This record gives sequence, structure tokens and C-alpha cells, in this order.
Amino acid sequence: MIYWDLFVTFFKVGLFSFGGGYAMIPLISSEIQRHGWLLESEFVQIIGIAEMTPGPIAVNAATFVGYKMGGIGGSAIATLGVALPSLLIVLFISSFFFKHSENIIMKKVFYGIKPVIAGLIFAAALSIGKSALFINHTPSLNQINFKTLAIGIIVLILELKTKIHPIILIIGSGILGFMTIFL
Amino acid sequence: MKTYLELFLAFLKIGAFTFGGGYAMIPLIEKEVVVHKKWVHKDEIINLFAIAQSIPGAIAINTSTLIGYKVAGRRGAIAATSGVILPSFVIIITIATFFSMIADTPAVKAIFLGINGAVVALILMAAKKMIQSAVVDGMTLMIFIGTVLCVTLTNMSPIWVIVLGGVLGMVSYRQIRERKKPL
Repeated sequence: MIYWDLFVTFFKVGLFSFGGGYAMIPLISSEIQRHGWLLESEFVQIIGIAEMTPGPIAVNAATFVGYKMGGIGGSAIATLGVALPSLLIVLFISSFFFKHSENIIMKKVFYGIKPVIAGLIFAAALSIGKSALFINHTPSLNQINFKTLAIGIIVLILELKTKIHPIILIIGSGILGFMTIFL
Repeated sequence: MKTYLELFLAFLKIGAFTFGGGYAMIPLIEKEVVVHKKWVHKDEIINLFAIAQSIPGAIAINTSTLIGYKVAGRRGAIAATSGVILPSFVIIITIATFFSMIADTPAVKAIFLGINGAVVALILMAAKKMIQSAVVDGMTLMIFIGTVLCVTLTNMSPIWVIVLGGVLGMVSYRQIRERKKPL
């Protein structure tokens, strides 16, 4: 049963995510919450690990969630689920997309879908921020996790002002986090 | 048979050596597929990348499937997609197995205290980039704000918001063109 749930969930994620990478995070996050599969804090860890390891983030996240919920079989099923929509679309209806990739209908649809994706990613940042920046995940002033907040602000500034690769930023923030032990 | 194996190995290499997902893979795919193997012409690969971004699914998977299909048909698509997925799959399963043993140690907790901050910052940056490319007028700004409110305040599935965004895009894009006609 868990295999079927994993397959359907990640098939949906693959089928409804446009724009790749971070655009998939809100969908995966909402599906995981709906099933009660992982805590949001565990999901943040998975994204961190997915960023640091090679390969598409979607595949990494699907493999990790699948493994947590159903071992190696679960991870194979989740990965198959997330990849299958692409495969089916390319194999069976690609001729439509090949002809119509510059089509006005696609332009219109994406005119509306792109701001939705932007909104979903922004909302994901808020909800993941809530679980990452507050102790016990309750947003209130005396529960702020200042170490995480400070590291987050440093990374944000570096992202805006420099061209440092995200992996270096994640590894660097891990090292900073480790050093807070000695504070 | 040789082509299938070559496709599989080429995409295995791409999957194993790109960090940060979809967009990060594009230069590596270009080098391998256009310059090195000469499977696809320089002008054509740009089209394939555009299609990969406009069909649903992970960009890395879409691109491999499209190129595999172009080079060697359906089996080529399956060979390339399996190749790009396999490294992530093996690496993540190895990490997931190992991670569950060390996740609760104080050192790993401290490291993730830092990484979580970076993850929030990186998702915020992804949202900023997406907003810049998607929110181009009043209508798209409304869709963006509506999406954020919908997913943070209600339990509405992101899938329905995406469908709604596509429909709104279809309807409102036409209005913009009509309004411009008299000029």
C-alpha cells in the first residue's frame, strides 16, 4: 500500500511541476504533509542533502523520501513515479510539443502558471523557514533560533552580492553550524 | 545496442557530476551531447532545452529523455533517463542508510542547524528569480499574491492552484492582446 501511495504521489509531483528544481519543492512538501510522512524539519534536511549530492533535486528528494517510507523498494518506486510522466510525455505526445513549443496557447498558459510557481516557491520558503528558524517550530519572538537565522542571513547576502556556488554555501553553513557547538 | 549503451554512459556521467539539479546540468549536457558526441546540432539543443522547460517534470529528466529519444528513439529515451537517474539513486540510498544512524548525534544536529538556514536562503533566492521572470504586470502580480495566500491560509493543493493559474493565463492573456489591438 505504501508503495502504491509513493508511486501515485511522486507521479503527481512529476506531472504537475513546471520549471524544475526548486519549483518541485512546494509540491513534494504539500504531498508529504498530506500523508503525514515526514516532519517539516526532516524535509528541510532532505533538501539540504539533495542540494549537496549530484543529480536532479527531484530525483534525490524522491529517492530519499521513498527510502524513509519504504526502504530500497520504496525509493525505486518513488523515483520511477517522478520520472515516468516525463518519459510518457516525451514518448507519446512529444510530437505535439515539438510542433507547438512556440505555440500561443503554451505562451498564454505559462503566462498564468509562472506567477503561480513563483508564489508556491515563496510560500515554501515561508513554511520551511517557519520550521527551520524557530525552536519547536512555533513562530514567536522568544523561540527564534538565532544561530540558524544568522547563518541564513549571511547566505542570503552572499547569494545577492557574489556568485559563490550554492553547494559551497551549504557546505560552509554546515561548517558554521558545527562550530556553534563550541560557542 | 552500442548507441543505447553510449547514451546510458554519457548520461550516467552527467548525472554523477552535476550538483544543484536541472539548470546546472545544461552546460554539461551541451558539452557532452553537442561538442563531444555530436549527437545533436548546436541550434537544435537550444530548442530541446526550451521544450524540456515547458513540459512538466524535472528539467534534467526531460532533457535526457528528449535527447535520448532524438538520438535513438524510445529505447534511447529510456537508456538516457536511466543513466541520469542512477547515480543520484545509488548515492542517496547510501546516504539515507548511513544518515539514519548518525542523524541524532549532537554534531550532525549542529551541522544541520547551519545548513537549514542556507536552505531557506537558497529557496528565497529561487523565489526572487522566479518572481522577476514571472511577475510582469498587474494580472501576474495578482496571481502571485493569490497563490501565496491560497497555499499559506488554506489547505488547497498546489496542483489546483497551478491548473487555475493556467486557466487564468489563457483567459487574461487574450484580453491583453485585444486591448493592445486598437493602438
